[in-house]
Formats: sequence, structure tokens, C-alpha cells
Amino acid sequence: MKRFAPLMALLVLVLSACGREDLSALNPQGPVAQEQRDLMLISILIMSIVVVSVFAISIYVLIKFRRRKGDNSIPKQVEGSHKLEVIWTVIPIILLVVLAVPTLKSVFSLAKDYTEDPEALQVIVTAHQYWWEFEYPELGIKTAQELVIPTGKTISIQAKTADVIHSFWIPSLAGKTDTNPDGNVNKMYFSAPKAGVYQGKCAELCGPSHGLMDFKVKAVEPSSFERWQIAMLDTVQLPSDSEIASAFESQCLTCHAVGDYGGGAFPNLTGIGSRESVAGILINVEEGEIEYKHEDTVYNNLYKWIKDPEAVKPGNHMTGAYQLTDEEVAGIAEYLSNLTLDFE
Amino acid sequence: MSSHSHVEGQLPHEPERATLEGRNKITGFWLFLGGETVLFGTLFAAYLTLRGQIMDGPAPNELFDFALVAVATALLLTSSLTSVFSMQAMHRHDVKGLIGWLLVTLVLGAAFLGVEIYEFNHYAHMGHTFSASAFSTSFYTLVGFHGAHVAFGLFWVILLLFQLKKRGLNTTTAPKVYLFSLYWHFIDVVWVFIFTVVYLMGKVG
Amino acid sequence: MAHAHAHAVKRRTGIMDWLTTVDHKKIGIMYLLAGGFFFLIGGLEAILIRLQLMFPQSDVVSAQFYNELITMHGTTMIFLAAMPIIFGFMNAIIPLQIGARDVAYPFVNALGFWTFFFGGLLLNISFIAGTVPDAGWTMYAPLSGTTYTEHHGTDYYVIGLQISGIGTLIGGINFLVTIINMRAPGMTFMRMPMFTWASFITSALILFAFPALTVGLAALMFDRIFNGNFFNPSAGGNVVLWEHIFWIFGHPEVYILILPAFGIISEVVSTFSRKRLFGYSSMVFATVLIGFLGFMVWAHHMFTTGLGAIANALFSIATMLIAVPTGIKIFNWLFTMWGGSIRFTVANMFAVGFVPTFVMGGVTGVMLAVAPADYQYHDTYFVVAHFHYVIVGGLVMGIFAGMHYWWPKMFGRMLSEKLGIWTFWMFYIGFHLTFFVQHFLGLLGMPRRIWQYLDGMGLNNLNFISTIGALMMGVGTIMFLINVVITMRKPKNLSNDPWEDGRTLEWTIPSPAPEYNFAQTPLVRGYDAWWHEKMEGNTKMTPVEPIGPIHMPSPSILPFFMAVGLFIAGFGFMYSKPADWGTTGLIIGAAGLLITFGCMALRSWFDDHGFHIEEEEILKDQGVKA
Repeated sequence: MKRFAPLMALLVLVLSACGREDLSALNPQGPVAQEQRDLMLISILIMSIVVVSVFAISIYVLIKFRRRKGDNSIPKQVEGSHKLEVIWTVIPIILLVVLAVPTLKSVFSLAKDYTEDPEALQVIVTAHQYWWEFEYPELGIKTAQELVIPTGKTISIQAKTADVIHSFWIPSLAGKTDTNPDGNVNKMYFSAPKAGVYQGKCAELCGPSHGLMDFKVKAVEPSSFERWQIAMLDTVQLPSDSEIASAFESQCLTCHAVGDYGGGAFPNLTGIGSRESVAGILINVEEGEIEYKHEDTVYNNLYKWIKDPEAVKPGNHMTGAYQLTDEEVAGIAEYLSNLTLDFE
Repeated sequence: MSSHSHVEGQLPHEPERATLEGRNKITGFWLFLGGETVLFGTLFAAYLTLRGQIMDGPAPNELFDFALVAVATALLLTSSLTSVFSMQAMHRHDVKGLIGWLLVTLVLGAAFLGVEIYEFNHYAHMGHTFSASAFSTSFYTLVGFHGAHVAFGLFWVILLLFQLKKRGLNTTTAPKVYLFSLYWHFIDVVWVFIFTVVYLMGKVG
Repeated sequence: MAHAHAHAVKRRTGIMDWLTTVDHKKIGIMYLLAGGFFFLIGGLEAILIRLQLMFPQSDVVSAQFYNELITMHGTTMIFLAAMPIIFGFMNAIIPLQIGARDVAYPFVNALGFWTFFFGGLLLNISFIAGTVPDAGWTMYAPLSGTTYTEHHGTDYYVIGLQISGIGTLIGGINFLVTIINMRAPGMTFMRMPMFTWASFITSALILFAFPALTVGLAALMFDRIFNGNFFNPSAGGNVVLWEHIFWIFGHPEVYILILPAFGIISEVVSTFSRKRLFGYSSMVFATVLIGFLGFMVWAHHMFTTGLGAIANALFSIATMLIAVPTGIKIFNWLFTMWGGSIRFTVANMFAVGFVPTFVMGGVTGVMLAVAPADYQYHDTYFVVAHFHYVIVGGLVMGIFAGMHYWWPKMFGRMLSEKLGIWTFWMFYIGFHLTFFVQHFLGLLGMPRRIWQYLDGMGLNNLNFISTIGALMMGVGTIMFLINVVITMRKPKNLSNDPWEDGRTLEWTIPSPAPEYNFAQTPLVRGYDAWWHEKMEGNTKMTPVEPIGPIHMPSPSILPFFMAVGLFIAGFGFMYSKPADWGTTGLIIGAAGLLITFGCMALRSWFDDHGFHIEEEEILKDQGVKA
């Protein structure tokens, strides 16, 4: 078994070389990430020419010219060679030109502005410590943590921040763009031809929970997307139990919104029960399918989060902002877990 | 290190370059001024980036008092000239002239600093305080860095005047005075840029 | 006349000798010691980071402490470990390589060391104060501002680095002047050893890059302590300005770090191949070009900031260009070995290991220059892998090569080659295990500076491998320390040229060098001055002067107190807000500055006449060695 250890290590590398469909930049799921992956491949290819030739010369030299025992001869003192200098100046320049052409093309094509394009879906992304706000200005919809998009359509992003600099990144769909404060809006675009859930990340250090500031991009068929719009704008019922309802109103809706109720400073909770995750990081799965520490049922995740947000996301702004008894936490978690949207 | 090579009692024409130590000091100081250029360059860049951000405070063209700035500029430019005279005196080995012109430089520099302090005070009363806006912060930082350089130069020249008084002109004091004059010219050049970039451009646009 | 001036200065011994020394060789050793100490602290921080990331969702350290660790690891390694160790070599070696008895400003040299040391101390005292910098070594605003970092962490960063930065800047000027003015007769610029050349360019980069950092740190300090608005968006401040200022300094900083390593590698490879450095003049040219281009490419750290397509395109191309001079260097090293007689000493193993490793760091650098692809790489583990290939695979390997190569010259004792081979393999394999896999982690979607990663994302195995590698690097470092301790107990009995293949002037004088370096200033008659003489059958350099008394600068305690003054001032200002010590803080701050400037005035007022080492003493030294 031991003999195979290096081979195994290599296998691990090769197997992981492409990575998860929803997370890996090497396994692109949309045209933008595809273009970026292609550039990576071109550069890797060109660079391997360099690496291979240097390695080959190194190995040859080290073996051929090693000092043998008792060898006290003085090698010829060569000053240099103009011919060689020219060769290893010109060849790299040619290689770089080959690389520079597609680079420049892509720099400009990816900078295309879709914010005025009526065919594109406009989304304003606002980053907060440690959550993402997604606003669809044309649809009058605001949501959080889960960016729902129709497949095939170009999504035009305008990214900014409400506090510190974050960076908006969906590895399998598109490279990142920073979210800057005060009016300094960054634009980007991407699209997802295939329906599915893609992992989004914050890529700029933004505080203790930077690493936990995940979001999801959910690409659905255009017809489903239309149903989602309607469902998002539908009226929402408050908890039926009056005690839970009053706790929810006084402790939660001061910051959060559901439907027409509440404030907009913090994540909009409309449809939270049917999202992929709670707080972006606790993944909702069916009972019996729990595999990892961060997975649980919607109810349990909500309960865990509301009960002690600090344990889930250190340094978040929710900790200590409300007071709820265990029963109220359970009731609100129950209510929110049933706050679902039927659109898929 | 060792090289008081000249004949005893007789200073060479350029006493500041008579020793290796003196020459080292001059080379190093030029380099240092290169670094200072980057320092002020960065400060200017920051100022140019932020000068439009006046928030609720006064705008540059309402703020700047041209008469005051003109006086300050005249004082500093003249002091640069008198420091040239002091160097000429040094090269003539005229210690009295050297001390005299340095004293004039000192007085002019101090007067400049006085005007600047008055100016800052005046602006602060108009609501242009350090914390008022990004414009005010970058203004006071840029002009204040220059002012701090002037202040440092004044203390420096006082110290040198005492040394000249006590020990006279020799191959140890000469490079020091020479460096001071380099420094003083540099400060003057920076002021010319401040005058243009901050005050003229502020008044015009 | 000189005699009349110079007083017999009492030579100090023990601790006072080290606190007051202005001898570049002793200062070099102090730089190595202090830099080594901070290297161990930074290394410990790295190990803690890797332990936290060994398994998914682990809780070895808290999220807050993790951010403190990454911030302090980066800051410590760059400013307090790598640069001081480089300065250690520059101090210990450059005057010897150019045939000088000292640096241009021995006093300033000591001051540079002490300000670096007290700046570093201040930065690390943040751990004791319990408010550690935590916004990353890049300190991006507004996260580092008072709104989002209420504690004093950022203050320790800005003030600590400001103080140590003063040391770096004056050190850089010192070496520029030393190299310009203090070369021995015949040592023209185009005969200077490659390490001296590289250090010369590095010093120039320091001179033009550090003032930008000075302004950046001052601006951030004004924002935090005096309620300034440079980086405060709500009062019109601009956070992208900080990014620009930081990287205008930060990118040249990368070359400040790597160029001396290039120099060391050039010396070691040439010596142990018994061959003249191939293409010396193009190597010099490439070094200058790298230094120059280093100032043109800062915005490639900001491709995702949103500077626009034109800026991104220009900076992409400019960045790619750097590959050309770097490639020239790589191939010249390979062709130095070509046709040579390569001896695998530990120093040379590190140097030879450096070449392919650095190439890998270099090619990922070109990959990162492709702006659209960088939208994917940026701020992921791919970048972490890249810069560790350059800094650890490049610089640290260079440092280890230099340590083993020059140790005999600095201490008169040879490090154990047997243990050294173990150090090399442990460190080298550990290094590649740690960082090679991180390229893939980045591409698979792992951002950098994250405290935890989720389970089941395909990141577990590679992270585990990476941690094992880090532990191996730790073991390698410990082996080196053991080697040092063992070596310190050996007798000092080395010849002038213990490697026997020495080429440059440092190998013509005793190991370790006497206080005055050269009893007689040598005449340099060609590139590789000592090799040149050896090939002509000479056993020593031709002197340009008879043996005579040598003038030396006096030791002084003032540099130490000047640095202490800044240290005190730093604390005073840091806690001068009404919520802390208020006016008392300002008074302490002013008092600290008064100490510093007071010492400066004292230095100006009392001329240093130095002292002489008399002929008899020099002859006695010579007799013992001969």
C-alpha cells in the first residue's frame, strides 16, 4: 500500500483538478467563466513551455556538470553569449505577445456595459458585513443571500457596499468584482445557461466572518423565474400565533422585512423557507440527508441561527440585537421555515 | 573615514567637499531629497484626488486669501535667495557673511511660518478644520507637512548657527551648512508646487 | 592632523558593545538575530493558520484571532523578517565585497537597525495589549478605519511600520552612498559583484517606494487618531486611494525583497560552479530593468477594484513585460552552471533548488497578469500559492543559501553540511507540499484569508496536504536552528577562503573579518577580483597603501535612544484620544519625540572624531593569521 502513496497523491490532484460544478473556476458553467477558463488554459499552455524547458536544462546541467570526486580542473570562464541572450529575450517576448492578444480582447469584452441593455436582467448587489443584498430595480424586488436568475439571460450586475470593501464572486459563473463604498459602483455581467445552484463567495477580507460570507446563485427556467417574481410580490401572512407574531414584529421586523412588513436595513426574509441556506452558510437539506456539520433541516438551521448567531457568524450585526425566549425562537423558526415560495 | 587631507589652517574653496565624510553626506542628502520628492508627490496625488470633496465646508476659491499667500511666498522665495548668499559667503570663507545671511534666512523662514500659522488659524475659523472634509484633511496634511519641514529647518539652522559661532567654518561644519542650504532650496521648490497646485488651481478652478 | 583629532576611545565590551556598536558586521549580525527572531514568530503564526485550516470547519483558533494571525504573519514576515535579514546580509557583506572599511554612515546604520527593531517590537506588543492588527497586511480601508476597527490594532500597525520604515529608508540611503562612494580603487560599477549590484538596486527601490508608504501610513494614522478623512467615505474620503498608495509602495516592495535573493543566488551558483557568472552585463541590465518596471505595475493588484478596461489592459501588458528580464536571469544562471564544475554544498543546493521553484512562481505571475483570468485568481489561494512561491521559494531559499554560504565569513565557523542537507530536503519538500496544492485550492473556489471552509466542497485533502507540508517546513527551520547552536560550539579556525572557490573580495580577508575589514585597501583588477588574482597565481590582493593606522568611527548609544524615543512617542500618540489617555498621551508623545530630536541635536553638536587602530595591532592580527 505504501508504495502507492505518491500515486494516490497524484490521483487526488488529478481528480480534484476540475472540482465541483457549482464552485470551481476550472469547471465553468457559463460563458464568462468559460472565457476566463480558456484564458487560463492558454496561459498554462504557454507557461508550461517555459517550465518544461527550464526544468529540462536544469536537470541536464545538474547531472552532466556535477563535480566528480577529485576533479580539480578549472572550467572555461565564459563571459556570456550575445546570441543566447538574444534568444532568451526574443522568445519570451513572442510568447508574451501570443498571450497578450487574447488577454486584451477579453479585457475589453468583459468590460461590456449591460446596464442600459433592455434584454439584460438588472441586479444591484449591495454587500454588507456579512450578507448580500440583491435588488432587482426593474421588478421592485429586494432579496438577500440568494440571487435567483433566469437561465440564458444576461445578468447585469452593479456592485457596491454598505460598509467595507467586499468582493462579489461566483467561481463557476464569473470572476469577481470588488464592492466599493459611496457611489463607486462596479459593473459586471454573467449568465448561466444551465439551471442549478451555484456557490457565491466574498473574496475580500471584510472582518471575522469574511470566510463565512457565502451566497447562492439559483438559476431557474425563465417560466419559473416569472413565477418567482409573482410569488415575491405576493402578500405575506404574519405568524398566526399572536404571541409569536408580536415577538416577531417587535424583535425581528424592526430590521428585517417580509413582504410589505418591516424594515429594509437587514436581509429581506420573504421566501426564506425555500432558500438553499440560512445565513448563506447553513445549508438546508431534507431530514435524513444530513451529511456535514453545516447541513440541517430548514427549521433546525433557522433555530440554530436565531438562537445564537454569534456561534454561526462571529462578529455579525444580529447578535444581541433582540431578545427572544426559547419558545419564541422556536415559534419564529417554525414560521420562517414555512415562509416558502412555490415557483420551481 | 580618515581624510583631513588639506593643509592645516587653510580651507579649500569648497570646504563641504573636502572630506570623504562631507562628500558622502552630500551624495546621501541628494538621494534623501529624491525620497522626499516621492513623499511630497504622494501627498500631492492624495490632495488632487480629494480636493473636490469639500462636503459642507468652504470651497477652495472662497477660502484662500491670496494676499496672505503672496506674502508667504515672497518670504520663502527670498529666504531661498539669502541661503544662496550664505553659500557664496562660505565659499569665500567669510564666516561673518555666512552667519549673517543664515540669520536673515532664519528670520524670513520664521516669518513664513508665522504667516502660515495665522493662515491656518484663519481658515479654521471659517469652518475649514482638519476634520471638516476630505479636502480639508488632505490640504492640512500636504501644506502642514511642508510647514513641518520649514519648522525642522529652522531648528536645524539655529543649531548650525551656534556651531559656526563656537567652532567657525571648518571641514566638519561646512558640509552641515551646505546640506541645510540644499534642504532649504528643496523646501522652496515644494512650496512653488504648493502655490501652483493648491492655491492657484484652487483659486481658478 | 587626523591624529590630533582622534581620541583614544575606550572599546566597550559585553552588552554595551552591542548596544553602541556602529560596526557594520556587528549590525549585520544583529539584523540577522532580530530578523530571525521575527521569522520564528511569523512562522509560528503560519503554523497556527495551517492548523486551523487542516480540517474543514475547525475551531483551533477563533475567527477574530485568525484574522489577527494572517495580518501579523504577513506584516511580520515582510517587514520584520525578510527585509531585516536582507539588511543583515547587506551589512555583513557589501563593504567586504567592494573593498571598503565601513559603510558611508556607520551611525545612521546603527540608527536604522534600532528603529527597525523598536518598530517591530511595538507592532508585536499589540499581542500583549490585546488589540492586534486584524485587517490584513494590506490594511484596506475602510475596514482598517475607526468605524470598523474600533480597537487599537490598526494603530499598532501604522505606528509600528512607520517607525521601522524610517530604519529601512535610512538603511537604503546608507547602502546607496556606500556603494557609490566607498568602492576600492579599480572596483568600477561593472566589476561589482552581483549581490552588491542587486542590493544597490534594492536600495534605490527602497528610497523611491518607502516614502509612499510613509504617506499612506501617516494618512491612515491621521484618520484614526486626529479624525482625518482621507479614507472616510462619509466625509468624501476615497478608499481606492489607499489601495493605490499601498501598492505603489507594495509592488516595488516585492522586488526589494527578491532582488537581493537574485544576487545571493548569482554569487552561490557562480562560486560552486567554479565559473564566472554567465552574461554578467545582461544580468545587471535585467536587474535594473526589473527595478524600473517594478514601479509601473502596481495596479495589477487591483484588477478587480474597477479601474476600467484601459487601466487593466495597460497594467496587464506592463506586468507581462517583467517576465522578460526575469527570464534573462533564469537562463543566465542555468548557463553559468553549464560547462561548470558544480559542487553540491548546502548553499548551492538551496541555490539550485531556487531556480526551478522561482520559475514556477514566475510563470504563475504571468498567469496572474492576464487580467480577465485574474478576476478568477484574485484573492484566492492561487494568489497565496503564487506569492509564497516567489517569497518563500525565491527569497527564503535565497536567504538559506546566503546563510550557509556566508556563515563562515561572518562567524569563522562552518555550518554542518550533513545537517544542512537534511534542512534542505525537509524545507524544500515541505515547501512544495504546502504551496503547490494551494494553486488548485484557489482554482477550486477557495478564497484567501478565510477562517473556515465548508466540509464536502472538495477542499479537504489538499488543505490537509498543505498543513503537513507546513509542519515539515517548521521542522526544517528547527533543524537549521540546531545546526546554528552546534556550530557555535565549534572552534573558529577557518581560512580566508574556506570554500576554496571564492571569487570576490570578502574571501581575501580573515573569517570573521577584523574590525577594519581590510588591513590594506586592495586594488581591484577585474570582475571577480579575487578569482582574477588566483588565476594569475597570486595568493593575495595587491594593496594600494602601506599598512598604517586606521581611522574608525566611535561607538554611540544615541541611535538606541533615538529609537527608544520614537517608540515612546508612538505609544503616546496611539493612546492620545480622549477615550484613552487624552492629553497625557500627547505629552508622552511629545516627550518621545523630544528624546529623538534631542539625541539628534547632541549628535550634531558633539563631533565624532573617531579613534585609530594602530599599526601594531593590525600587524599583530596579521601575524596571528599568517
